[in-house]
Amino acid sequence: MDLLNALVALTNYVMIPAVAYGSQLALGALGVTMIYAVLRFSNFAHGDTMAFGTMVTILVTWWMQSMGINLGPLPTALLALPFGILGCMALLLFTDRVVYRFYREQKAKPVIFVMVSLGVMFMMNGLVRFIIGPGDQRFSDGERFIVSARDFKAMTGLREGLAFKTSQGITIITAVVVVAALFWFLNRTRTGKSMRAYSDNEDLALLSGINPERVVMYTWMIVAGLATIAGVLYGLDKSFKPFTYFQLLLPIFAAAIVGGLGNPIGAIAGGFVIAFSEVSITYAWKKILRYLMPENLEPDGLVQLLSTDYKFAVSFVILLIVLLFKPTGLFKGKSV
Amino acid sequence: MSETVKHSLMFAFVGVLIILDGTTSFGIFAGSWNSALGILNMGLVSAIMALGVNLQWGFAGLFNVGIMGFTALGGLAVVLVSSSPTPGAWSQGGIGIIMALILGALTVVAAVFITKNMTKGKPRVLALTALLIAGFFAYRAVFDPAVSGVEAINPALYGSLGGLGLPVLLAWPAGGLLAAGAAWLIGKTALGLRSDYLAIATLGIAEIIIAIMKNEDWLSRGVKNVVGLPRPMRKEIVLQEDPGFLDTAASLGLDPVVASTLYVKITYSLLFTVVLLALLWMAQMGLKSPWGRMMRAIRDNEVAAEAMGKNVTRRHLQIFVLGSAICGVAGAMMTTLDGQLTPGTYNPLRFTFLIWVMVVVGGSGNNFGAVLGGIFIWFFWIKVEPMGAGLINFVTYGLAEDSALKLHLLDSTAHMRLFTMGLILLLVLRFSPRGLIPEK
Amino acid sequence: MSGNPYQNDRGNKDASITSTSGRSTIEPGLKHSGEVKPVIGDSPFLVGDTMTGGYGKGPDILHECTIAVNPGEIAVIVGPNGAGKSTAMKAVFGMLNVRSGKVLLDGEDITNLSPQDRVVKGMGFVPQTSNIFTSLTVEENLEMGAFIRTDDIRNTMEQIYHLFPILKDKRNQAAGELSGGQRQQVAVGRALMTQPKVLMLDEPTAGVSPIVMDELFDRIIEVARTGIPILMVEQNARQALEIADKGYVLVQGRNAYTGTGKELLADPEVRKSFLGG
Repeated sequence: MDLLNALVALTNYVMIPAVAYGSQLALGALGVTMIYAVLRFSNFAHGDTMAFGTMVTILVTWWMQSMGINLGPLPTALLALPFGILGCMALLLFTDRVVYRFYREQKAKPVIFVMVSLGVMFMMNGLVRFIIGPGDQRFSDGERFIVSARDFKAMTGLREGLAFKTSQGITIITAVVVVAALFWFLNRTRTGKSMRAYSDNEDLALLSGINPERVVMYTWMIVAGLATIAGVLYGLDKSFKPFTYFQLLLPIFAAAIVGGLGNPIGAIAGGFVIAFSEVSITYAWKKILRYLMPENLEPDGLVQLLSTDYKFAVSFVILLIVLLFKPTGLFKGKSV
Repeated sequence: MSETVKHSLMFAFVGVLIILDGTTSFGIFAGSWNSALGILNMGLVSAIMALGVNLQWGFAGLFNVGIMGFTALGGLAVVLVSSSPTPGAWSQGGIGIIMALILGALTVVAAVFITKNMTKGKPRVLALTALLIAGFFAYRAVFDPAVSGVEAINPALYGSLGGLGLPVLLAWPAGGLLAAGAAWLIGKTALGLRSDYLAIATLGIAEIIIAIMKNEDWLSRGVKNVVGLPRPMRKEIVLQEDPGFLDTAASLGLDPVVASTLYVKITYSLLFTVVLLALLWMAQMGLKSPWGRMMRAIRDNEVAAEAMGKNVTRRHLQIFVLGSAICGVAGAMMTTLDGQLTPGTYNPLRFTFLIWVMVVVGGSGNNFGAVLGGIFIWFFWIKVEPMGAGLINFVTYGLAEDSALKLHLLDSTAHMRLFTMGLILLLVLRFSPRGLIPEK
Repeated sequence: MSGNPYQNDRGNKDASITSTSGRSTIEPGLKHSGEVKPVIGDSPFLVGDTMTGGYGKGPDILHECTIAVNPGEIAVIVGPNGAGKSTAMKAVFGMLNVRSGKVLLDGEDITNLSPQDRVVKGMGFVPQTSNIFTSLTVEENLEMGAFIRTDDIRNTMEQIYHLFPILKDKRNQAAGELSGGQRQQVAVGRALMTQPKVLMLDEPTAGVSPIVMDELFDRIIEVARTGIPILMVEQNARQALEIADKGYVLVQGRNAYTGTGKELLADPEVRKSFLGG
C-alpha cells in the first residue's frame, strides 16, 4: 500500500507536471530548432513570438466568452487557437518581409541575424505589453480537472490523491498530435523534404530548383504554429504573463541545445530532459520517501535538492554536462 | 568635415540634450538639473558597461548575453565590501557558511581531479557520482544550519552576513574582481568546449546569479533588499546641517535641499567621469598595443592567427574576463549611486539587451562609439516615455478625456520604451550597420 | 573595416546561436535573370563562347575561353592546377561574372540567366564538393533532384537505379553514410533526375580510389551513350582524355590546346607539359 501511495505521489507531483511542462518546452524548442536549421541563427525573439501568438488567442478567447461561445468542458482557448496561429503567422511573415529578408539578400552572417532578432525581440515585447499589459492573465475555462484528487482518493481508497488537470491532458494530446504532424510533414511531403534539403545544403538546394524564399516562408509559418501552440498550452497550464514568456527563452534554448540544435527529435528529447530535471531536482521528496523508508529513517528536512527558484540553474547545469560529453548535443545537431 | 569634428559634434549634441534637460521644461525636457544629472550619471555608468561589452564584441567577436549577471555581481560586491558587518553573524553561522562553501569547492576540485586522472569507464562514472552525491549532502549538512543561524538574526534589519564595513570606493574594483572571477569560470568552461557556447552559457549564468542573489538571504538579504549603503561623499541630510555648506548654497542663491542633492549628484558625475575616462584611456591604449593588434588579427583571421602559434582560446578568455570586469565595476558604481541593492529589479532586457543596443548604435569596435551610444541611448530610454505620452495625446486629441482607449494607451506608454529600443536597433542595423562612430 | 558590414561577424563562431553548416557559399554571377535571346545561325549544342570574367568584382580569371559540347559527346577540360578549369565550367553555369563572351544552349543565348534558371533550361550540374544532401536518404536526394519537375518521376528514378544498381540497395540510407564512390553516384543521379539536356561534372573522381574511378568513368560513358552531352572537368588528365570525344587544355584561363581526346593524347607538346611524358 505504501508503495502504491508513493507511486501515486510520484505520478502526481513529478511525472504529470514534468510531462506537461516537457511537452510545452519541446514545442517551443522545435520552433527554435527549425529556425536554426533553416535560417541558421538562434531566434532571441522566440519567447516573445510565443507571447504574441498567445495574446491573440487570449483576445479571441475573451471575445468568444463574451459572445457565449464555448467548448463545454474544454477551454474556449482551443477554439481561439487557430486565430492565434493565423495572427502569429501574419506577424512573422510581416517581420520576415520587412526585416529579415533584407539581410538574406545581403548574405549577412548568422550573428548579424542574431542581433537583428534582438531588435525584433524588443519590439514584440513592447507590442505585447502595449496591447495586453504586463500583468498576469488567466484565460482558462471549462472543466478544471479530468481526475481530481478527491475523486481519485474516493475511487481507490489510497491516502494519496492523483490530480490530472484538463490543461495537462490537452497539452500532452496536442503535443503528440502536433509532433506527429510535423514529422509527417518533414519526412513525407515534398515541401517538407525541400526544407530539410535546404537546411542540409543551401547551394545544392538552389541548384535543384528549390526556392529559398518559399522554404523560409514555410518555416516561419510552421514556427508561428508551434510557438502559438506552445504558448497557449503553457498559459492554460500556468498563466500568461509577457515577462514569463520572455524568460522561457532560457529553458527553451537549453532544450534545443541539449538535444542538438537543428535536430527536431533532439528538441523534443531536450524538452523532456530539461523538464524532468527541473521538476525532480526542485521537488521536495519528503512525501514520497516517507512511504518508502522505514519509520525511524524518515528524513527530517523536505529533501528538496534545490529551491524552485533555481530551476534555471538546473537547465543550465544539465546543458553543460551534456555539452561536455557530447558537444553536438544528445542527437547530432543540425540535420532537420 | 573631418571625422574627428563630426564625432566631437555628436558628443556635443548629447551634451546639449542633457543641458537642455537641466534648463528648459519645453517638450520632453524636465527642466530640472536633478533630472539632467540623474540621466548623466546613469548614462556614464551605461557608457562604462557598453565599453566592456564593446571590448568583447567589437574586438573579439564574443557574444556576451549575460551582462546583467556581471553588473549584479558588482552590486553584490558593494554590499559585501562596504555595508557594516551584522553583529554576531560570524559566530552564528558565518564560519559555517564559509566552511560549507570551501567543502563545496573541494568537491568540485576532487571531481575535476577524478575526471582527469581516472581512465574512462564505469569505475570513473561511479566514483564521480558517489563523490558528487556525498559532497552535495555533506555541503547541505554544514550549510543549512549555518544559514538558518545567520538568517535568524533580526531578519527585519539584518538576516545576512553583512559586509566588511570598508570605504565604498574600494567596492568598485572589488566588483570588477568578482565579475572577473565569474567570467573566468564561465569562459573556461564555455570557450573550452570543442565549439564555442558562450552565448547560452552567459545567458544561463546571468539568470543563476540573479537567482542566487534573490534567494540566498544570508548573502544579500534576497528580495528584502539591502538599503542604506554607504556613500563616497556626505549625505544630503548631513550637508543640510553643515553651516559652511549652507553659507555656500545661500551665496549661490540655492535652496539648501536642492543644493545638497545637486552636490551629491555632481560629485557622482565627477567620480564616474574619472572612472570612465580612465577605462577609456586604458582600452584605447590596450588596443594600440601589440596585444590589441593581436586581438584584432585573431578576430579578422582566426585560422591564420592560430597557424602563427597564437593561443586563440586563451586570448578570448582574457578579453572576456576583462570586459566582464568592466561591467562589474559599472555594476558596483550603479549600486553605489542607488544606495541600495535590489536583486528583484535586475531584468535582462534592461541590463543585458539594452547594453547591446548601446554598443551597436554607438558603433561596434569603437570605444568612443560605445561611450556615445551608452549616454545617448540612456537619454532616450528615459525620454521615450514623455515622448510617447506626447505622441498619444496628440494622436488621441479628438477623443474624450475619459475614453477607455485613450486611458489604455496612456497607461501603456511605459511599454513603448522597449518597442522604441527595438526600432532604433533595427534601424541602425539596417541603415547604418557600422553605428554612429564606425570602427576605423 | 572594409567590405560589407553585414558580412562582418568579427570572427564569432558561437555554436549556440549561429550555424554555418550548409550555408550558401556560392556567389552567383547573376542574382536575377535577364532575357533569353534566340540564336541565329549554327552553333554547338552547348557553348561557352570567348568568355572573359572573374568572381564578383575580382580580377579576370578567364580570358577569351571557349568550351563546347554536342549531343552524345564527352568534352573534358584538363590543365594544370589553377588553370581555371572549374572556373570555366562555373562560367558556363552562370556562377561567375562573364564580362564578355556568351553562353548558348540549344539555340538560345542564356548568358543573362541565373544558375537556377539554367537548371530549368536543362543544365544539370554536379559540383565538386558538397554535392549531395548528406542527411537525406538516397531516394530523397533523387527526389530533390527532380524538384522542378511536375510530371511522374518514377521512370527516371528506375533508370537511375538501373544505371547505378548500388543506389537501389541503399535507397533508404542517409546519403552521408555512403562511401566516396557511392556518394558521387548519388550526386550524378541527383543531377540526372531533372532529365537535363546537358550534364556538367566538376571533378567527379576527386578523392576516390583508382578502381572506383574506372567504374565511375564507365558509368559516365553509359550516360553519354543515352545521348546526353557531358562536360567534365578532370584532374586525372590521361584517363579523362581516353574517354573524351573532345578535350580542352586550359592554361592560365586561356585555351592552350583543343582537339579530340586521341589527338591531345598523341600531341607531344601536351604529353610533355601535362601528361608527364
